[in-house]
Amino acid sequence: MDATKLKVVNKPVTKMDALGLACGEPAFTDDMDFNGLLHAKLLWSPHAHARIKKIDVSEALKVPGVKAVLTYKDLPRVPHTTAGQGYPEPSPYDTYTLDNKVRYVGDRVAAVAAETVEAAHEAVLKIKVDYEILPAVLNTFDAMKDGAPVIHDEEDSKNIPDAQHNIAAKFDFEVKNGDWFKEADHIFEHSWTIPYLQHCAIEPHISIAYFDNTGRLVLRTSTQVPFHVRRIVAQALKIPVKNIRVIKPRIGGGFGSKQEVLEDIVAALALKTGKPVKLEYTRKETFISSRTRHPATCRMKAGVKKDGTITDAEMEITLNTGAYGSHALTVMMCSGSHTIPMYRVKNNIRFIGRSVYTNMPVAGAYRGYGATQGFFAWECLMDMMAAKIGMDPVEFRRMNYIKLGEGSPVFKAMGEGREGVEQVITSTGLFEAIKKGVDEIKWAEKKAKYASQTGPIRRGVGVACMMQGSGIPEVDMASATMKMNEDGSFNLLVGAADLGTGSDTILAQIAAEVLGIKADDIIVTSSDTDITPFDVGAYASSTTFISGGAVKKTAERVRDMIIEVGAKILDQKKEDLRLEGGKVVAADGVSCSLSEVANTSLYYYNQHQITASASHFAHTSPPPFQANFADVEVDTGTGKIKILDYVSCVDCGTAINPQLAEGQNDGAVVNGISHTLSEEMEFSSNGTPLNASFRRYKILSAADTPPVRTFIIPTWEPNGPFGAKSVSEIGINGPLPAVANAVYNACGIWLSEAPFTPDKVLAALKKKG
Amino acid sequence: MNNKNMIEAKKGFFEITLTVNGEPLELAVKNGEFLLDALRRHGWKSVKKGCDTGDCGSCTVLLDGKPVLGCLVPAVTAHGRAVTTIEGLGTVRKPHALQEAFVAAGAVQCGFCIPGMILSSKALLDAVPAPTEAEIRKALDGNLCRCTGYVKQVEAVKNAAKKLAGKRRA
Repeated sequence: MDATKLKVVNKPVTKMDALGLACGEPAFTDDMDFNGLLHAKLLWSPHAHARIKKIDVSEALKVPGVKAVLTYKDLPRVPHTTAGQGYPEPSPYDTYTLDNKVRYVGDRVAAVAAETVEAAHEAVLKIKVDYEILPAVLNTFDAMKDGAPVIHDEEDSKNIPDAQHNIAAKFDFEVKNGDWFKEADHIFEHSWTIPYLQHCAIEPHISIAYFDNTGRLVLRTSTQVPFHVRRIVAQALKIPVKNIRVIKPRIGGGFGSKQEVLEDIVAALALKTGKPVKLEYTRKETFISSRTRHPATCRMKAGVKKDGTITDAEMEITLNTGAYGSHALTVMMCSGSHTIPMYRVKNNIRFIGRSVYTNMPVAGAYRGYGATQGFFAWECLMDMMAAKIGMDPVEFRRMNYIKLGEGSPVFKAMGEGREGVEQVITSTGLFEAIKKGVDEIKWAEKKAKYASQTGPIRRGVGVACMMQGSGIPEVDMASATMKMNEDGSFNLLVGAADLGTGSDTILAQIAAEVLGIKADDIIVTSSDTDITPFDVGAYASSTTFISGGAVKKTAERVRDMIIEVGAKILDQKKEDLRLEGGKVVAADGVSCSLSEVANTSLYYYNQHQITASASHFAHTSPPPFQANFADVEVDTGTGKIKILDYVSCVDCGTAINPQLAEGQNDGAVVNGISHTLSEEMEFSSNGTPLNASFRRYKILSAADTPPVRTFIIPTWEPNGPFGAKSVSEIGINGPLPAVANAVYNACGIWLSEAPFTPDKVLAALKKKG
Repeated sequence: MNNKNMIEAKKGFFEITLTVNGEPLELAVKNGEFLLDALRRHGWKSVKKGCDTGDCGSCTVLLDGKPVLGCLVPAVTAHGRAVTTIEGLGTVRKPHALQEAFVAAGAVQCGFCIPGMILSSKALLDAVPAPTEAEIRKALDGNLCRCTGYVKQVEAVKNAAKKLAGKRRA
């Protein structure tokens, strides 16, 4: 199969919300006014680890305009996780809406709702807290030692594998086919590290809690997971799911940070006051008290034969999950499960994973989800091996990457939080992606040119290949509902959450393709727990593959109902009819319009609403593939790295909307380049964040973004809707290893600590001598 | 434009006279209030708050045609001056060439940074009708975007420049 016969899918249909957004239409959480709105402010812990001995809110309550002050004494104590994952969440239940203990600088202490932001702020300052300061532990190495401060010493937390050693999650597995490294001619061992990184969605975390005219709680919130928000807020506050409605309006970026359920506190303030309450994090609060990428140390050891066969591979990854174990198990497992299968390992594979509590900001989901950490190690190690055996890095990859029809023992051994599923590769464009990238970057020509350089400015090229998943197999589920209108248009209701990714548009394209109509004949309503059917939400690169599958099934059911009516109108057999150009068309050419079908069903004959719903989940998670190439320049005098060209070739199956797919990848790659060159959260010796602002935490701006070129390599995934796989996350995993490998090619140093700032480059050059 | 002095209308509020998107108005702004908050409070929700510290550019508006950061400009600064927000550039029914170009290029993902980015682009094209890529990137440098990598936004500004040049010739 290929996409050439498709009429709406695989076309650059205009993103349906784009014009409204470009015209500044009120679309986001904060763009709606509420009468009598109260403003929430939180008191954040100034200590990395402390117990609240006494908390006095009496002065805070006296501030004019203050309507409520909540401490742990006012709320039910319910251990839960803020990770917005399917139930039961594989993350430990170690979080309380408010607690009598604080576990990092920036942890919640108390919450205020007041008539003005100023009053709320003043009240926060007047809360008196008497802390018993506890010894803090700020790195994973110390946190795992015997006798380290125990961060989760509470008795009622659940599913913490080893609280005494601050282990939030652990997973080990081994595939053994003989003695370790017995066949290896060369053995390599090295470690790579990634620091605290922030998502930097330009819209900060924001939620408004209010009541509808029946007294039900409505959460209008910037979330990726409306249904998980409903469930987890109900759990944390002990209120029934039926009393909560969650609405996700347009959201100003997520990247994983809004897969986190932090809405419990604003809901609690609304329940306490009976009034609408808004909680809007400042940028500083978003940096410190929302979520981050898991900092990681990834040690890899691998063996290779002179002929390029990889004999053994061991990955030991230690993630810092911060004060709470949100996504602690699953990010850790994905760091191996999404990466190790990339290359065939002949004999032995071992994975050792730990996620460790520290008194530091809380890590969570972040685009790439462990694969970013894992591929940095695996792809740099690939180049180390290639260099040693004298093979071109591209050739070495071509020889070893997972091919069509091949599987990996890792797929079955490691899922997300539990055992995975067996699968083989059912589509791959990696061969073509590598070829395209080699041509575009002019690999051979530049390798030759850069082989003999002199002077302080050195250039180099580097490659990295990656894979990811398409949803979580046998975990993620999505559903859709469609109904037909008189003019032959349709309402499509989906639980899926469009984060700006364009999922509303691509889901409409899928439905339109099935129904033989234009995408703009579909009116999409998404992400409202009262109106739209269930969807796990936007994460794990699932929406195109899983939600798209649900929409396709739904549209097919609607198509069958249309044909049923059309057969009566046209007096034809159903099997002779098809939908095309907004009509039901018979084999002999007679036709009736969809409008006629709708009117017939609604008003004349066997009256009924043409409507259908369907759900979809998958038994496999077909990986998208990428080959990335970087052409870099290193100033060996200053240590500055400049990226001259970056080429990213993407196999995402059929790109439902090539323009939006390119945009997803451009953004992911630039985010990855930003990680590579500049991003890092910095902390004082007591765990206080030092650079929680866009001024001090540097993300790439337009002027310092290097040229990035995305190329879509079309393939056809038989299990995906119209051949589609995922596209949104994978691109973020390439820049760290591709640039590190290019820097090695340029000047012979291996950079293994992100970001690659000039001081690290100079230190490595000095060490090399 | 009216240059009469500002009057403290009621305690803590000043009446300022200005035009917003060409319409002459009197607005009550709070003592110490920034333009971003004043505009949002009066209903111009397109002016976004991404950082409130002058770093992200989401609150960019044009003050007498020049881009300024609404979160750093006291609202009273707008007294006697002309403010343009994205609502004043074009509408869904009648979009500006820049808005159309951003949509056509696929430059709008989450859309949160887009009003500010388009207004920065507008100021650029008013001053430099045929900018180079470097000039475009410099003009957009104060508008952070995490979704797009700026690739399609730069393309959109180039396309809009061409289209506007065509209109001027016609």
